Amino acid sequence: MPSLSLQGISKSFPGVRALHNVNLSLYPGQVTALIGENGAGKSTLVKILTGIYQPDEGSITLDGKPVALASAQSAFALGITAIHQETVLFDDLSVAENIYLGHAPRGRLGLIDWKAMNQSASATLAKIHVLHIKPATRLGDLSIANKHLVAVARAMSIDARVVIMDEPTAALSAKEIGEVYDLVALLKSQGKAILFISHKFDEIYKVADRYTVFRDGELVGEDMLANTSQNDMVKLMVGRSVDRVFPKRKSEKGDVVLKVQDLSHPTEFDGLNFELRAGEILGFYGLIGAGRTEAMKALFGLTKPSRGSITINNELIAPKSAADAILAGLVYVPEERGNQGIATGLPIFMNVSLPSLKQTSKNNILRLSEEMKLARHYTERLDLRAASLSQDVATLSGGNQQKVVIAKWLARQPKVIILDEPTKGIDIGSKAAVHEFMAELVAAGMAVIMVSSELPEILGMSDRVIVMRDGLIAETFENKNLGAEQLVRAAAGIAA
Amino acid sequence: MIARQFKSREILLALAIAILIAGVATRSAEFATPRNLAQAFNDSSILIILALAQMSVILTRSIDLSTAANLCFTGMAVAMLNKFHPELPMMIIILVALLWGLALGAFNGILVWKIGIPPIVVTLGTLTIYRGLTFVMSGGAWVNADKMSPAFIELQRQLILGIPVLSWIAILVIVVFVIFMRATKQGRNIYAVGVNPTAAVYVGIDVGRTKFVAFCISGLFSGLAGYLWVSRYVIASVEVANGYELNVIAACVIGGISIAGGVGSVGGAVLGALFLSLIGLALPVINVSPFWQMAISGAAILIAIILNARSDKQKGRLILKKAQNP
Amino acid sequence: MSMQTRHIPDRLDKPLTALLLSWEVLLLVVAISIFIFNSFASPHFLDVWTLSDMTFNFTEKALLALPMALLIIAGEIDLSVAAIIAISSTLMGFAAQFGFQTPTLICVGLAVGLACGAFNGALVTGLGLPSIVVTIGTLSLFRGLAFIILGDQVYKNYPTTFDYFGQGYVIWVVSFELVLFLLMALVFGFLLHFTTFGRKLYFIGRNPVSTQFSGVNVKRIKFILFCLTGVMSGLVSIALTSRLGSTRPSIAQGYELEAITMVVLGGVAISGGAGTIPGVVLAALIMGLVTFGFGLLNVPGIVMSIFVGFLLIGVIALPLLWKRFLWVFKK
Repeated sequence: MPSLSLQGISKSFPGVRALHNVNLSLYPGQVTALIGENGAGKSTLVKILTGIYQPDEGSITLDGKPVALASAQSAFALGITAIHQETVLFDDLSVAENIYLGHAPRGRLGLIDWKAMNQSASATLAKIHVLHIKPATRLGDLSIANKHLVAVARAMSIDARVVIMDEPTAALSAKEIGEVYDLVALLKSQGKAILFISHKFDEIYKVADRYTVFRDGELVGEDMLANTSQNDMVKLMVGRSVDRVFPKRKSEKGDVVLKVQDLSHPTEFDGLNFELRAGEILGFYGLIGAGRTEAMKALFGLTKPSRGSITINNELIAPKSAADAILAGLVYVPEERGNQGIATGLPIFMNVSLPSLKQTSKNNILRLSEEMKLARHYTERLDLRAASLSQDVATLSGGNQQKVVIAKWLARQPKVIILDEPTKGIDIGSKAAVHEFMAELVAAGMAVIMVSSELPEILGMSDRVIVMRDGLIAETFENKNLGAEQLVRAAAGIAA
Repeated sequence: MIARQFKSREILLALAIAILIAGVATRSAEFATPRNLAQAFNDSSILIILALAQMSVILTRSIDLSTAANLCFTGMAVAMLNKFHPELPMMIIILVALLWGLALGAFNGILVWKIGIPPIVVTLGTLTIYRGLTFVMSGGAWVNADKMSPAFIELQRQLILGIPVLSWIAILVIVVFVIFMRATKQGRNIYAVGVNPTAAVYVGIDVGRTKFVAFCISGLFSGLAGYLWVSRYVIASVEVANGYELNVIAACVIGGISIAGGVGSVGGAVLGALFLSLIGLALPVINVSPFWQMAISGAAILIAIILNARSDKQKGRLILKKAQNP
Repeated sequence: MSMQTRHIPDRLDKPLTALLLSWEVLLLVVAISIFIFNSFASPHFLDVWTLSDMTFNFTEKALLALPMALLIIAGEIDLSVAAIIAISSTLMGFAAQFGFQTPTLICVGLAVGLACGAFNGALVTGLGLPSIVVTIGTLSLFRGLAFIILGDQVYKNYPTTFDYFGQGYVIWVVSFELVLFLLMALVFGFLLHFTTFGRKLYFIGRNPVSTQFSGVNVKRIKFILFCLTGVMSGLVSIALTSRLGSTRPSIAQGYELEAITMVVLGGVAISGGAGTIPGVVLAALIMGLVTFGFGLLNVPGIVMSIFVGFLLIGVIALPLLWKRFLWVFKK
């Protein structure tokens, strides 16, 4: 009998049907992988399971008995817990309090007993074999991986029966990912029913027993993993077969455009040397926290390097701000699209024209028609799906928002474009569009740096790959007969 | 680590207060006598109560600009109640003050919680509404000492163990706040909501309701302060505590309560309020015109936020091995 | 992508109802209603001189509301504007005591405003401090300095030519202050809605990080805004001091909150990134009409403030409640 079972769940928001007549069963001691493109309804489902949203229709049973998950508290009290992708816990509170917030041990007069809470926290952490985290530590002082462990401890602090893990490895290094897998195995052995959400197929095959695929808010398939091939699953997920994942292209390299020499920072990176030619895609691979994004931010003038030089077309540039870098012909599509790429609440055309206002305006006076022309030219090239250019970017999907960010930089006609995790968290369709467009860019003679943590993307797109480790360039590879293992070894510092 | 920083921030402030007292004492030894310091605490009591009330709101990433107007309105209400019914026992007066203040705070809270108006807009509105209503209720007239009953005026001046009741009330409020903020679910929820509202939703805390509770607390204690203020200065009028809300927020800021929410302690708020009032008390002693007080407290606020910001400033990430093990 | 590209229109045609329900139109309806109500309530209201007097009720605060709107759209706030008026008025009075003439006094007023604004701007942008606490601090500091200089004294000896700025008329019933306000409203409206500078303010208010990443010098723009607010406070200080003919350190107390009320009433989002100058101008007009209307009915100013308070909360609450009503209704 399943621990938790959902029948006929539907949920709508104004203008959007998030889930339609969905079923899901989670069995004790089993890991069920939930797979689907962005916007398939996974996060809505998680929010229903954790009591944050109420379904419009359908029923939920726990151990065969119907239950109502009326609030986050009631879901938690029933033993349904979730570990979220970006740990949603409290940085300024202690580890113990993060574990026990809402169900802290009480002493006399019903007051919180801090001593008992710290002791129970230690005991709970020990249950998942975590001995190096002290209960009184401020959560914000821990690494992301350790925060995940605290989130798991929170789940273990009650007798959780259902544990939902929402992309738990998305922001972790290889070693830390291993620890998460161990943890999943431990939870499994204790008879918990686990829902494991992930975009990474290799990972799913490693940890999960069963799978459930969602597409456009509907259930399109479920089975034991052993019965299904990776290819079949991709087909289920996108509703079509993806025959050509990466665009084939001829690499015709031109002159050196960007030359970086001995670029260093006191704490983030040291002695970076590399060249980038026109028509070339240079991949930057490494573990999270290897210093790739930090190095890119220095190229873009957002952080100040302590030493070294950057030249574009043999001209020395020393960008002190993003404005300087942009003027020199170098642009940066940041990793955090929502925080750093777009400004929600404002229309598409304004987002696109922002860095090009000098060109579209006259004597600093706006000319809307010029802005529209510019925005249309670049967004249509990227096949943006939008009702109009005056539409608020907040209403676009993640993939289309990324297209707006890229369009805004192309409008500057840069010499060098840095794409930091360009396809992170966007659906497969948009991913392909971005990849194809990158191929177009280099064919037109632009020089591209692509920071990515996805091996297929690195291998499929780059001409050369630089692997960074601990703030240094570990190795540089020509992408000819390059294997994934070589990159992973270089990134992790394991000798061949 | 940060926990240690909080403590050190309070110690720093305590040290600043000690230096202030010592410095003034070199001019006039009288200033540092226990008797005089007890008097100084008594003079700070109302600001301490208001700062704690404000703190509960600021911790939830909100702000209450209506505290002084609430104080004024409630003060007038109890003064008029006393004027027309001098026979009512003081317990009733205090109870009315608390409930009156609570109702005003709850009105703010409801607008924030149920309608979702930004707190700064709500309290900007109620600030003028509450003061306006004070005028309507009183018809613009003052309530003077001769209209107040002796018990109304004298209660807070009575001595218990040589310390006036006003000070005892402040001490009681401090103790209540320490217990509430540290050891009750509601108190911890207030911190959680301020530290990370999204995470608060995920652990089942109703963010809007928690803000509502914070505004109720702010209103409740502003109401209490209303009675205390009116009976201390023996006058109730529309002008009472005009603009005082900014002093209260200043006390919080000096006490290290982050305007961004989630960070701050009862000790900090109390010390911030003490520091601000001590400056006012010290000026006449060292023969500086009282007109200097405002500028000095302004400078103190700026210094406090500059110091607090320094400790929050982020450095680059530690990635390089050599930077980690120098 | 080599396929035919799909065309994206500039904008979709908006239904007329959307235009009619726009914030500015709503404000206009409210303003006209109050105007009609006033003209029925008092026979004196429609007299041109009465109407001219009315404008003095709001022009000074409205002049503060203009730069404040820009500041709030860019996600910052300045609570020290009234204190800047106080210190700038005090220093003008100080200079006047030494027999300096009107041109010098004007320079003093504007320069002090600029210096105070630059001080705020430096603290906010240079040290990265939140503007709300910085300006609570400088509000005490600036007005405190006025108290130190003046104590319980009053400066009165302003040259007669100085009277023009707060008491003069440009032609007939049109006061200098009104002309100044209308001129400034045009300048600020142009700046916000028709220049690249104005466009950047919306972006800074919505997302300062992505705006900086787009090559906009966010700090410099914010610094300019604080300076602009300072200069405008200096300008208001000149008009107000001239109108009153004297300076006390308590001059313009509480103006900051009234100016912010106008801005919010005018439809500027307190969280930044949205709002218009026409909205703010209409809101200023409404507050002036209300104050004056109540005045004609012999209702004291403080009672009027109850109305303004409810108006402020009401105009923010109603659209939110309306949205919720529609949502429930659809279900």
